Amino acid sequence: MLALQILVDGFAISSLYALGALGFTLIFGVSGVLNLAHGGIMVVAALIGWYSAGELGLGTYLGTLVGILAGVVTAFITYFCVVRPIQRSRAIPHEETEIFVLTGTLLLGIMIQDGMAFLFSDNPITMRPLISGVTRIAGVRTPTNEIMIAVVCWVVIGLLWLLVNKTRIGKSLLAASMNPRGLTLLGFELSQIYLLVWTIYGVLAGLAGVLLASFLGVGTTNAGDLTASAFSIVVLGGLGSVSGSLVAAYIVGYLETITAYLIAPTLRPIPALLLLVLVIYVRPQGLLGRR
Amino acid sequence: MKLRRKNLTAFMAGTAMLGAFGFAVPAFAADSGPIKIGVIGEESAVAGASITKAAQLAADDINKAGGIDGRKIQIITYDDHSSATDAVRAFQRAVKQDHVVAVVASYISEVALAIEPWAARLHTPFITPGAASTLISKNVHDNYDKNKYTFHGYVNSAFLADAICAFSKDELVDKFHMKTAAIMSEDAAWTTPLDAEYAKCLPKAGLKVVDHIRFNPDTTDFTPIFNKIEGEHPDVIETGISHVGVQPTVQWHDQQVPIPMSGQSSQATTSTFWKDTNGAAEGVLTYTAATPGVALSPKTIPFADAYQKKFGATPAYDGYASYDAIEVIADAIKRAKSTDPDKMVAAMEKTDLVGTQGRIQFYGKDSEYTHALKYGPGLVTGLFIQWQDGKQVPVWPANVAKAKIKFPSFVKLPLASN
Repeated sequence: MLALQILVDGFAISSLYALGALGFTLIFGVSGVLNLAHGGIMVVAALIGWYSAGELGLGTYLGTLVGILAGVVTAFITYFCVVRPIQRSRAIPHEETEIFVLTGTLLLGIMIQDGMAFLFSDNPITMRPLISGVTRIAGVRTPTNEIMIAVVCWVVIGLLWLLVNKTRIGKSLLAASMNPRGLTLLGFELSQIYLLVWTIYGVLAGLAGVLLASFLGVGTTNAGDLTASAFSIVVLGGLGSVSGSLVAAYIVGYLETITAYLIAPTLRPIPALLLLVLVIYVRPQGLLGRR
Repeated sequence: MKLRRKNLTAFMAGTAMLGAFGFAVPAFAADSGPIKIGVIGEESAVAGASITKAAQLAADDINKAGGIDGRKIQIITYDDHSSATDAVRAFQRAVKQDHVVAVVASYISEVALAIEPWAARLHTPFITPGAASTLISKNVHDNYDKNKYTFHGYVNSAFLADAICAFSKDELVDKFHMKTAAIMSEDAAWTTPLDAEYAKCLPKAGLKVVDHIRFNPDTTDFTPIFNKIEGEHPDVIETGISHVGVQPTVQWHDQQVPIPMSGQSSQATTSTFWKDTNGAAEGVLTYTAATPGVALSPKTIPFADAYQKKFGATPAYDGYASYDAIEVIADAIKRAKSTDPDKMVAAMEKTDLVGTQGRIQFYGKDSEYTHALKYGPGLVTGLFIQWQDGKQVPVWPANVAKAKIKFPSFVKLPLASN
């Protein structure tokens, strides 16, 4: 019974982790950017979604859409105000661009966190579930909302797979992650591709933020943890590897759930972090990394 | 390099001298002009945001009635962002720069315990309106001459547990025939004595403790905790939560955990909790100092009404205690005819006034809880409220109860009560 409980609970949280980390790894794969404002973007989406749904009276579904839109807008702000100016700056030596992007997004993440805390306080908020009630899965009482979250995550992941593998624009994304220069020579506008990938990223991070708000609740203080968890998953899976991130999301999600159930809820993140350290030692390219 | 080091040495010496000078300057209070009282709150915390607001209302009421022998009270507020370091800095600033004569601060025991030695060093009377750890008054008892400046303006954890056990006996055991309980507390200074007293008084009340969980206040997913508790089949979960509140309550509701939640849930004491939890608070029971609509004293309802009118929500439990703390300080200055800290402390020890929580007195030197708020019939007893249909309804003790306890449909009650 406990094993089944762990299986069901771990699946929902892992699916959410996968959705959150997917955009993060996509951005790295295509444009080489490690976005440390990631958790901040999820928090913005969650808080704006919650505010629109409740305070503005738009209801859960419209609120969710507004939240996702807020995620996209914040992703654009990150790209246009921080990432792109740093990438294009002549004052920054080319080989130092990445570290400047890391620093810039980290600072933006802190600004977002503090700004949101100023506007909404640092109390965690919870969005009304998209579907209320519970469903019994082989005797395990599971909130129906949790099942729906897992389904939504996988539908979105499936759509993303279709987009990347079956459409011309998606294939250009894939090509950009392999050889951006070659793509430019073929006449593709790289800036358009970057814009597309940041839009996809904004939707994924925004949706993950809003779903998390209706699942466990989100507060501004979670921003750092959310970035750290996406970062861990992506490093564990292999930087830039989408399938690696999916596998890693489930490893981290289940490792955390097993720890919380069998050892202590307080120690929840520890084993996954230990595994991460181990992977960095033994297999620095990650589980499915290309390098 | 040499010059730099020399400059650095000079700078450090200067800083040290400034620091020493800061220490040497006594708390100064002008004999004319307003009497300043510092109030340190936690503005962005559900349970801590009432402290400064309620203190200002108390000062307004006192000033409207003529102030203290013609002198007005001026409240200077600070936000400690739930950080002990920020709170200590605010306390130092309040005393040294803003020249306050007393400080009311915090609902967090860790913060109050960090301020206590500074109240001793800077000889400044200090009342905490919401922290509950018994250590605060034990420190006064163990080292009276040093720590006598600290007063505890809210019911301490041991008395809280006693009140919760008394309620559990009268209602949960006698009326709902409950026999077992699980303790679920956040890991914090205030819950250590609470849990210890729970372990003693719950069995006496007729509830066998079948599980005891202390969790990290940073916990976001409570599913494994509820799952573990459910596995022990208790009839009730006795909580000790203050830093957390929204997330466990919403998850308890969304997961339809079939066990009622009772005990101390500090965030549930303010009216915003209903909206914060999207109504998941339905059925949650909590102890509180006072609640709107129940006249624990002639001052309770006027204060709660004025607070709601001005701020659009009812005060959390520490709002009542904060209002009372300002009255205690003003009353002491009036009787001592002085803002001298030692004279104020002597006067505060003799406090006997009617506050919003009831009759306010403090335990003396002989009690193990020196300077803690006296708890008991005819003094301060508090009450139990339950969230019913979006309202906080008083349900215990019998003389203030306005409705019977009812639980959401997903809660399973012991068979005998059906």
